[in-house]
Amino acid sequence: MSVSTEPAKLDQLEQEWGERPSLHSWFSTVDHKRIGRRYMVTAGIFFIIAGLDAMIMRTQLARPNATVLSPEEYDQLFTMHGTAMIFLFSTPMFFGFGNFLVPLMIGARDMAFPRLNAFGYWVFAFAGIVMFSSQLVGKAPDGGWFGYVPLTDKPYSSGINLDVYSLGLLFLGVSTTIGAINFIVTALKMRAPGMSLNRVPLFVWAIVATSFMVIFALPALNVANAMLFLDRRFGAHFFDPAHGGNTLLWQHLFWIFGHPDVYIIVMPALGIVSAVLPAFCRRGVVAYPLLVLSIVTISIISFGVWVHHMFATGLPQLSYSFFSAASTLITIPSGIQIFAWLATMLRGRIVVRTPFLFLVGFIVTFVLGGFTGVMFAITAFDQQVTDSYFVVAHFHYVLFGGAVFPMLAGIYFWLPKITGKMYAERLSRWAFWLIFLGFNTTFFPMHISGLLGMPRRIYSYPGDLGWDVWNLISTIGAYILAAGLLLVLIGVIHAVRRGAPAEDDPWGGDTLEWGTASPPPPYNFAVVPPVHGLHPMWDERTTTALATGKVLEGHQAMTTSELDGQVEGTIEMPEESLLPLAAALAILVVVLGLLWSWYWMAGVGALFVFGTVARWLWPPERSPEEAGVA
Amino acid sequence: MARRGPLAGVRRCALMACGLLLVGAAAGCSREAQSTLHASGDGARRIEGLWWLMFWISMAIFAEVMVLLGWALWRRRRAGARVRGGDALGMVTVLGVVAPLVILVVVYGLGLRDLDALAAPPQKASVTVDVMGHQWWWEIHYPDRAGAVTANEMHIPVGESVLVRLRMADVQHSFWVPNLMPKTDLIAGKLNKTWLRTDRAGSYRAQCAEYCGQQHAFMALLVVAEPRASFDAWLARTAQPATTTLTAAQARGKAVFEQSSCASCHTVRGTSAVGTVGPDLTTIGSRWSLGAGAAPNDAGHLAGWVVNSQTIKPGNAMPPQPVSAQDLPALLSYLQTLK
Amino acid sequence: MTAVVEEATEPRALASEMPAGRTTGWWGMVMFVTTEATVFAALLGSYFYIRFQSGQWPPPGIEDPKLTKVVIMTALLLPSSVPVMWAERGIRKGQRWRLRAGLTITLVLGLGFLAMQAWEYSEDLKKHTLTTDAYSSLFYTITGFHGFHVAVGLLMVGWLLAASLRGSFGYRRHERVRLTAIYWHFVDLVWVAIFLSLYLSPRL
Repeated sequence: MSVSTEPAKLDQLEQEWGERPSLHSWFSTVDHKRIGRRYMVTAGIFFIIAGLDAMIMRTQLARPNATVLSPEEYDQLFTMHGTAMIFLFSTPMFFGFGNFLVPLMIGARDMAFPRLNAFGYWVFAFAGIVMFSSQLVGKAPDGGWFGYVPLTDKPYSSGINLDVYSLGLLFLGVSTTIGAINFIVTALKMRAPGMSLNRVPLFVWAIVATSFMVIFALPALNVANAMLFLDRRFGAHFFDPAHGGNTLLWQHLFWIFGHPDVYIIVMPALGIVSAVLPAFCRRGVVAYPLLVLSIVTISIISFGVWVHHMFATGLPQLSYSFFSAASTLITIPSGIQIFAWLATMLRGRIVVRTPFLFLVGFIVTFVLGGFTGVMFAITAFDQQVTDSYFVVAHFHYVLFGGAVFPMLAGIYFWLPKITGKMYAERLSRWAFWLIFLGFNTTFFPMHISGLLGMPRRIYSYPGDLGWDVWNLISTIGAYILAAGLLLVLIGVIHAVRRGAPAEDDPWGGDTLEWGTASPPPPYNFAVVPPVHGLHPMWDERTTTALATGKVLEGHQAMTTSELDGQVEGTIEMPEESLLPLAAALAILVVVLGLLWSWYWMAGVGALFVFGTVARWLWPPERSPEEAGVA
Repeated sequence: MARRGPLAGVRRCALMACGLLLVGAAAGCSREAQSTLHASGDGARRIEGLWWLMFWISMAIFAEVMVLLGWALWRRRRAGARVRGGDALGMVTVLGVVAPLVILVVVYGLGLRDLDALAAPPQKASVTVDVMGHQWWWEIHYPDRAGAVTANEMHIPVGESVLVRLRMADVQHSFWVPNLMPKTDLIAGKLNKTWLRTDRAGSYRAQCAEYCGQQHAFMALLVVAEPRASFDAWLARTAQPATTTLTAAQARGKAVFEQSSCASCHTVRGTSAVGTVGPDLTTIGSRWSLGAGAAPNDAGHLAGWVVNSQTIKPGNAMPPQPVSAQDLPALLSYLQTLK
Repeated sequence: MTAVVEEATEPRALASEMPAGRTTGWWGMVMFVTTEATVFAALLGSYFYIRFQSGQWPPPGIEDPKLTKVVIMTALLLPSSVPVMWAERGIRKGQRWRLRAGLTITLVLGLGFLAMQAWEYSEDLKKHTLTTDAYSSLFYTITGFHGFHVAVGLLMVGWLLAASLRGSFGYRRHERVRLTAIYWHFVDLVWVAIFLSLYLSPRL
């Protein structure tokens, strides 16, 4: 806790930075902590909906020839399950973590662009609402999350479903890009003095690497979706072979985005593992430089492997050999991280609490998923089992194991910091075991049914192919998994409402967020913390400075140099504003106008976008002296 | 639970996993149906071997990781347990870089060798089959034998290589016979090729493996491998137009067929029905299933299919047919003569 | 007046003036331009992908894109970066007239570019439209998307001009000019890539 010797200044900071709770403030907040929480809660709600989609699917698949769902309903469910889990849950949830934690971990008072941050959240929320609303009216996208043409092009999909898909993702892409830019600039410019690059926490490295991947990968998806929309709505021929187009173009563009995307999903989770582990091993993660190198290497190589999603399409063998090699190689940096974490545990002294249990669960499941991943990198094997339940098993092991387990570890780890309340350890352990058991029961049998020839994306199957028992086991597992996740939800709600108040630093953590109150005050740090090493909160120089240093007054934040973290100056941070919400609403109007073919409405919306942005960035009136006139 | 530590539970799960897999493998062995683990074809057998190699390597490394994890957890209980500094660079480099690199290079090399083997059949193909993928059925032609057209069923001679040429009519599909060969997609505007070869006679179920719309789940195909002589006989029978002598009822059924909407979509060679929208029905009587795996091929299901196939395979292109109650038995008896 | 000066030079006000080194806004614009450049890269990549799978290019029935108008467009757009740089250098020294003049010239040149593009389109659309062939779909989407970027750039320049007329900029405050300049240069560079890819390379 930063106990400053100047309480009056703390009050003043509270005044400058505090947002009085009110309806207006709810819509106009620019505080990264509130926005981060919002991302997490909204992503959590989307997770529940997408999870329920899966539960219904598993109920349908429990028995052969079941009639719980019609084929159309099933197709919408599996499309929305995948699309929502990937786009509306996982990345936004991690952006939520990043939003809350990155400024705190680097000793900053907020993100570099607080209003842009708020804008990003609103766009995400609206995009999610648009896409899920389509499910309510039975017009949800039904072409799979990967939307291959020609199936998703006219004439094979003529309803509005796939327009929701392409426009919805284009809309969401605005939020993801903006979030990525914000993280990069924040991490580059707003770090505490002394936090040179080699002292940046691994979680922040992970978030920044993720953001760079977003910058370079998302354009491919946006181009693909724009082309699909133009083909469908305006009769373009990008994907129409009869008029010079090419259906494989979609797959290339989609997977040039799609493969980096899976690392975009998993990378922040790996960052969480590195952030949570030290507290439960009582030492920092080993081989920091190797881990940073791994993070960067994975990010770069992830752009060179996409054709492994197209191994069955009949491309030249030479091309396949190259992509197979790259896909095999990318295992190495991931392996480095796993063994570094194991070495950390071996060299530390483990303390078992719920967050640590989820890290162990992560190691077991992610490693298993990694094995099948290597198998898929081998072209010949991929050609036999791709598009079967074997691949469904693989990606759930790496996505649930690799992203959701660390996410749950992070939820329990940072719950005290975010809410100021502690969770109940016993309940959370029950949740862990149910989840671990349920997860493996659900997805392990899918390896078997896939090897036994069961294709994926099928709404039902005959009873004489030997798949029945595995599907039934999977469904039972799904219910166990759901029960475990329900316990997590109950535990979190219970903690928030009735949990024991948490200390500032219940775990003895090493990074700067533990140097603030639980929850942190609106200004995060009264004193800008000087950083002298990788573990500032285990360093007396920093903790003393936090307690007795000079307060940075005003609505200001510190900026430092990109590489060495040397002080450059302070910048004025923006106040609350409704403009981010207004801009997001304006884009919503554009999207709905395009969706419903009311192009005049889209045009009006575009004007409003320009108007709000112009107002937002309008410079203040300045006197000639203030501006500096010759 | 906390006292025993998480390791016990983890170990249990790992053992359970191995057990399940072995059981699954055993289960796969006793069936002929769709499976990669009871491979009959040359291509699939290569991959099955590769699979088991990779499986056991994975199990070995998994055991290694579990041992390290277990040791770290056990260590915390020891009296002298203290935090050690240092970066364990040696361990991380050896276990995380060197060992994996060696294993991966070997596996990659084997995989490349297998990919090369899959590229072309061991001997030159003696039979060619043209496959056209439709939503949701397979059109099969034997180009070297005039008139040999069928649907959702393919016969190949045992012990000989068969070239399969893949085209699609509407959306992307994928041709997958797990027992015989890894899959190959059917792509718009592109001619993809694969091959099949097996030394073991049998019927191998295949299925479309690329999501192609509502009835992707029921776009199956039977590949029948039989000795050369019976293959030739089958091919000859298939190529022959429908020329069986018909009873009166069957003749009436034929008339119904030719004069109603059936003929506008279906062909029965040797009659005036030359529609090309739906599958060729010249050998419908002897097919393994109706609707590409949607229903068994017996009188009852055939009746249901003809009257309203939407109840069996909703969304398929065949609308309900207004066949009167008197005509239906005749029509069915006619269709069943088409072998 | 004195009070204003005092307030303006108070540590707090100066503190929120442009700090040393690159600003957050600079990095933000650079990152934004990077991702937009990647969009164009994906579009041009798609163009070449389709092109190298096709035989004749442009396909039969569509002629090579005419160069005359496009050369004039290039002659309008590329040099328009110069007045922007001149304007930026000027305001760094506090010369507001230079800022306003430079921005105005850029605005005129940019509008000229768009007018010529509209003229080019009106002629082309008689021969082929978005729905004629994949070639035309790509042609109109790529050039149209770029034109949209030019239009947005002109809105930014116009907005900047309006703000400068209001007296918001000087040697202490001109970050927005710098950022708009970065965007404008980016738009120019993309045009070079498009010109080379779509207009020149089919003739090689």
